[in-house]
Parts: sequence; C-alpha cells; structure tokens
Amino acid sequence: MFKSLAPPEYLATIDTVKCIRCKRCILNCGWGVYSWGGDKVLIATSKCVKCLRCYHYCPEEAIQIHDNPTRFKANACWGYNNIRNIKRQAESGGIPLTGMGSDLPYPILFDNLLIDACQVTNPSIDPLREPMELRTYLGKKPSSVSFVDDKDGHVRLKEKMPPQIKLSMPVMFSPMSFGSISLNAQKVLAIAAKECGIVMNTGEGGLHEDLFPYRENIIVQVASGRFGVNPDYLNAGVAVEIKIGQGAKPGIGGHLPGEKIPLEVARARMIPVGTDALSPAPQHDIYSIEDLRQLIYAIKEATNYKPVSVKIAAVHNVAAIASGIVRAGADIVYLDGFRGGTGAAPTIIRDHLGIPIEHAIAAVDDRLRQEGIRNEASIIAAGGIRSSADAAKAIALGADAVAIATTALITMGCTVCGKCYTGNCSWGITTQRPELTARLDPEVYAERLINLVHAWEHELKEILGALGINAIESLRGNRERLRGVGLDTQTLDILGVKPAGR
Amino acid sequence: MTEINAKGLRFKELNEKIRAAVAKGEKEITVKGVNGQYYIGDGLRGTATIALDGVPGNDLAAFMDGPTIVISGNAQDNIGNTMNSGRVVVKGSAGDVLGYGMRGGRIHVLGDVGYRVGIHMKGLKKQSPTIVVGGKAGDFFGEYMAGGVLILLGLNEKDGATLAGDYLGTGMHGGAIYIRGAVDKGFCGAEVGITEPDAEDLATIKEAVGEFCKDFGLKPEEVMKKPFKKLYPASLRPYGNLYAY
Ligand code: SF4
Ligand code: SF4
Repeated sequence: MFKSLAPPEYLATIDTVKCIRCKRCILNCGWGVYSWGGDKVLIATSKCVKCLRCYHYCPEEAIQIHDNPTRFKANACWGYNNIRNIKRQAESGGIPLTGMGSDLPYPILFDNLLIDACQVTNPSIDPLREPMELRTYLGKKPSSVSFVDDKDGHVRLKEKMPPQIKLSMPVMFSPMSFGSISLNAQKVLAIAAKECGIVMNTGEGGLHEDLFPYRENIIVQVASGRFGVNPDYLNAGVAVEIKIGQGAKPGIGGHLPGEKIPLEVARARMIPVGTDALSPAPQHDIYSIEDLRQLIYAIKEATNYKPVSVKIAAVHNVAAIASGIVRAGADIVYLDGFRGGTGAAPTIIRDHLGIPIEHAIAAVDDRLRQEGIRNEASIIAAGGIRSSADAAKAIALGADAVAIATTALITMGCTVCGKCYTGNCSWGITTQRPELTARLDPEVYAERLINLVHAWEHELKEILGALGINAIESLRGNRERLRGVGLDTQTLDILGVKPAGR
Repeated sequence: MTEINAKGLRFKELNEKIRAAVAKGEKEITVKGVNGQYYIGDGLRGTATIALDGVPGNDLAAFMDGPTIVISGNAQDNIGNTMNSGRVVVKGSAGDVLGYGMRGGRIHVLGDVGYRVGIHMKGLKKQSPTIVVGGKAGDFFGEYMAGGVLILLGLNEKDGATLAGDYLGTGMHGGAIYIRGAVDKGFCGAEVGITEPDAEDLATIKEAVGEFCKDFGLKPEEVMKKPFKKLYPASLRPYGNLYAY
C-alpha cells in the first residue's frame, strides 16, 4: 500500500523496560494502535489520535504519547494542518471530517470579559450562609400579570401561565443523539440531569426505552431526518425542540456515519443497518418563518401545547432570524455558537462558518428587547461554555440558561481528541461498539457529572455573592456588571459592555 | 356517528371537538364545512374514521397514530408529516411534501401530488409506511428515502408517459419506489437503481394496490395489467466516499 504522505500526528511510545506485557493497552485502544508481537507490544502509531485511554490504563506509566516532532518545516502561512489536509484530500478525494468544536485560535470573547464585584459601597453576600436563588424557568412569560384575591386570602395569577420548564440552575445538557453517543453516555446525562434538577436533550435519534424513567428531565428533539419521532416520543419529555441548525455545522444537515449504525441505533431511527443516517440540510417543510410556525403549532397540537424550543446555529443574521422564530411561536430560542461541538462535521464547515456565541447572545437579546418581545421566549446559549464563568458571562450578556455538551463528555473521560466521527471512541462515549460502550458505567460516570454540575452551582453562587445579588434573575441581561478587556470599540458596542476602567 | 360543523372554527377549536369525540369512543365522525383548517387529526390516536367534507389545510394527520381520515375532495400540503400509523384517503389531488419522514400507515391519493412527496420515509420489517398515488407526482419524489413503499400509478396516463418529475429518488438509501410506466434514468437521482420487480415486489405492489382500490372502488386486476418498474437504492451509503477519514 502507498504510504500516506501525511505523517502521523502522534507518536505512541512504550518504554520496554517499564512495560510488564500486561496487554492492557491492546485491549483499551479503540483505534487498534497496539497489537501483540509475540514478545512485545507492536505500535501502529499512525492510527493514534491521542485520546490517552492507553496512558490512563497502563499500570506502569510505560506509555507516552507525543505530538510527532517530525513536522513539516515551520511556515507561518502553510501551517501543519493546512499541508496535512491537502495531502489527505489528495489521497482520498474526500471531505475531511472532524469531531468536537473548532480548535482554531479564533478569539474567545468570554476571555475578554470580566465580571464586577462589590467593594465597600455595596455589600457582597456570603452564599454559604444566605439564600441564593439559581432556579430558572424557561418558556414564554406574560407581558403583564394581574392578580385575584381568592376566598381563602391567597393571591393568584389571573391569567394562565404559559408552560415552563423548571431548572434548578441555569445549565442544561445539549442535544446529543443515541447514535452519535452511546446509550450509556445518554444514561449518564439522564441520571445526572434528574439528580441535579436540570434537563438533557435526546438529540435527533429517538428516545431509548431505558431513558423513559427520566422523562421529567428530558427534552426531545425533532430535526430534518425525523428520526424516532412519533406521538409517544413528542409527549415523552418536558418540551420538544425543533433543530434547524448546529453551531459546528451551520447550514448543513446531520450526518451519522454508517460505522455508528448497528442494529439498535438503526431500529431507533427506522433506517437500514450500516447506512449513513442523513438529516437533510433543510427541513423540507420549512422554507420560511411561516413554515416554521406551521411545524411549531403541529407539534403543539400533538402535545397539548408543551413548550417548543427552536435550535439554530449562530450566523450573521441571527438577531433577525431569532425575532422571526419568536414571532413564529417558539417558547425558547436555542442559540448554538460557532465553537459548538459535533459528532461529525466537515472540518471546512466547522472551522469557517457561523459566528461566536458571545456576539449572538448580545445581538439576539438586544433585538428582542428593541422589538418588545424579549418576554415571549427564553434564550439558551451554547457552543463553547467551558466553565461556570463562561455561563455567568453568557447570562449577563442576555441568555436565560446555557447548555453544555463537550464539558459533560469530558467528565466521562473524553480528552477532546476530536475523532468522534470514527465511531472508535476508546472512552465508550461516541461509539456504538459494544466492547467500548461497556466501559462507560452510567452510575459511576453520572457521579462525576453530578459533581461537576454541583461544583458549577457553588461557583455561580459565589459569583452572585461577589456581585452582591442573590438571584440569577438579577444577573440576566445585566451587562452593566461586565467589562471588556482588550476589545475594540465596535465589539464593545455589539456586546453592549463598557471597557474595563469605565 | 357524530357530525361536526367546522364552519368558522379555528383549527384549535375544531381539533378539540374531534379529540373530544374520539375520546368519547366515537368511531364514525363526519366534519362538514372544512375550509383550510390546519392540523386536522394532528397527533390523534385510536381507530376512528373521520370523513372530511371540504378542503382541509396543511399538516393534516401530522404525527397521527391510528385513525382513518377520508377527504372528499382535494387536500393541501404536508399530509401525514411524520405519521406513525393510520390511513389518509384523498379523493382528489394533494399538494407538496406528503408523508415527510412518515413511519407507518397509508396515504392514498386518487389524483396527482406535488413536489417532494414521500421524502425521508422510514421503515422497519414490522412497521413500514406506504403511499400510493393514482395520478402523477412532481419533482423530488422519494428524496432521501430510507424505508417504506412509494407507488405511482398514472391511472389516466398514456403508455410511455413520465409519471414523476425530476430528481426522482435523489439520496435514496432504503425502501422501494414502484412506478407503473416508463422511468427515464435521466430524471432519477444518481443514487437510484432501476430494475424489474421480482415476485416479492409484485406481492408488495399487489397488496398495496388492493388496499388503494378498496378506497376508490377501482378494480385491482385492471390496475395490475400494466407493468411496473422498481427503483431501489443502489447503495446503502450513497455518500460513503464523500468523506476522508
Ligand atoms: S488509546 Fe488513544 S492514545 Fe493510546 S494509542 Fe490508542 S489512540 Fe493513541
Ligand atoms: S468523545 Fe471520544 S472520540 Fe470524541 S473527542 Fe472525546 S475522547 Fe475523542
């Protein structure tokens, strides 16, 4: 076989003195890097993706994975990946796929925003000893309320409140389908969502019966492939989400490679085993805001008016689009920024289309306020939320809640190696190979995810305390409590924040 | 037998009335004066038969699971959107995007249908959708098809007439399309193979045509006299080579 002219990205090495020939690395590597050579472990290093499963499971610390020091000659214009992708394309004629969010060094505005704190003139609050409210309700809010006194002296709302999703804190798990991730990974999300009082989202791949007990903490998704969608499914969760787009691949459809479609996934999606599950780029019944309205209400009619969320990728005109979505009757607008993750997307799309979530939140929040319809829908922000600080900044910019996916997968062992589209994830997350998925014990890993969510909960309370406010509601859209560092005037203007020092 | 007058009712009110009748256990429901109301039978379950008099609006029988809806005249777009089971019978013609993502049940249209009919239909051995069209179809018939059966009869067409529009079966990766008449390869998607139906196919066609004829009082033997062509997915992974791993 012609040896690839794209040199291996990583060098997997084993210290043969330390190695005790236990063969655990052979067993653990989902990519088949290691094999047994009779007296020692053989290494096919070009298959290595640096997921570090082997490193973690080697009892003797004998394994080292290095970035291949043999690189093309350094060149500020023709970077390693530019040259490598050209070579790969020359060899295959195909579109290079990738997983996870873009790894290119685009500016991350969250890192240029700082949060305010109280000093002397206004008191901060100690969240350990004083009540702190993170509870969040997602859905339409009435533009005005009126009350009635009922007989027994209670005050009641006069009008019926539109349906709301109740979250114990403004964080939820982003949609990831059964197929793109393993059932065990979905179970981790479901168990953690239930325990933490938040929600997970099925993505577009149906709802496996093992998740039925978690229905109170599930949002079901309807996308262009309509996989797994039936009346039971629509009514199974607390809300229904229409997926129009995804931040990592705006304007293109879903693509679950045939490698990840064994019998059980094929059944849930009602398609043949081993085909590529294609979700068309557009939903062919939606070519306009009016058409979107038609689907929103078709779903509302079928679910006795559950809240409907519409998920879009953040693109140039996101504010006008979001306004249309709200006017079409959506209860929630889910914005997925440019840095959002994916199970499989063409690299060229992931790395070059869309806009970052920070700009999108600010633009959409502004627009909905200007039009007087901000109360008509909640905003969920996603796409590169890495910490509770990112979450707090997103909320201060105008989001009602944030959604996390990559962060959640990292708690399950993911090292963001970006090879999810191969279906070989050594950590048992983005794979359907039974010997790999069996590694991900839902109970054990849910514990880790629950820890993370609780840690963020404490951190958010600390941030609120420092800000001297005791409810997340007071931070929402409160851009006065943010300052920009190293941002130009125009960006500050778009974000609606002052520069630090002002 | 319950009769509902749809005149002046908004879709929500009309659907509430239909649901209430179904909930009461009513098996035969007639709706008079239907005039463009959307979502009739949306998400409806059970086994009732609902006869509609007039022209219903878009998204009829969306997500429907069980009932039968019979339309005396023409119907509009998006009938049977993601329908799960049941039956829709249209005695006239119908519009675009019928049976989008349909998962089971039958749609029978005596006349013609518009664009993008039967796209992304699904199917398993146990549960599989069928659409039979008596007349002709527009472009993108059976696009992205992943399962189920689509049949185009061209009942009133001359021999050799083309029954479907352009881009027939584009992106097809499952299921089968049967066309009673000529198929021009030039109008098919690249992912489609054309062949003669075998015995198993003929049994499928016969069963589906039999059901269709029952709804419209036609003779299945007459319909079966003309030969069919079968369109099938040439590959399970039509775009498998598109990507570099
Ligand atoms: S387990 Fe991961 S890091 Fe180790 S050799 Fe295999 S691919 Fe490389
Ligand atoms: S989920 Fe698995 S394949 Fe995907 S980035 Fe994480 S470790 Fe790699």
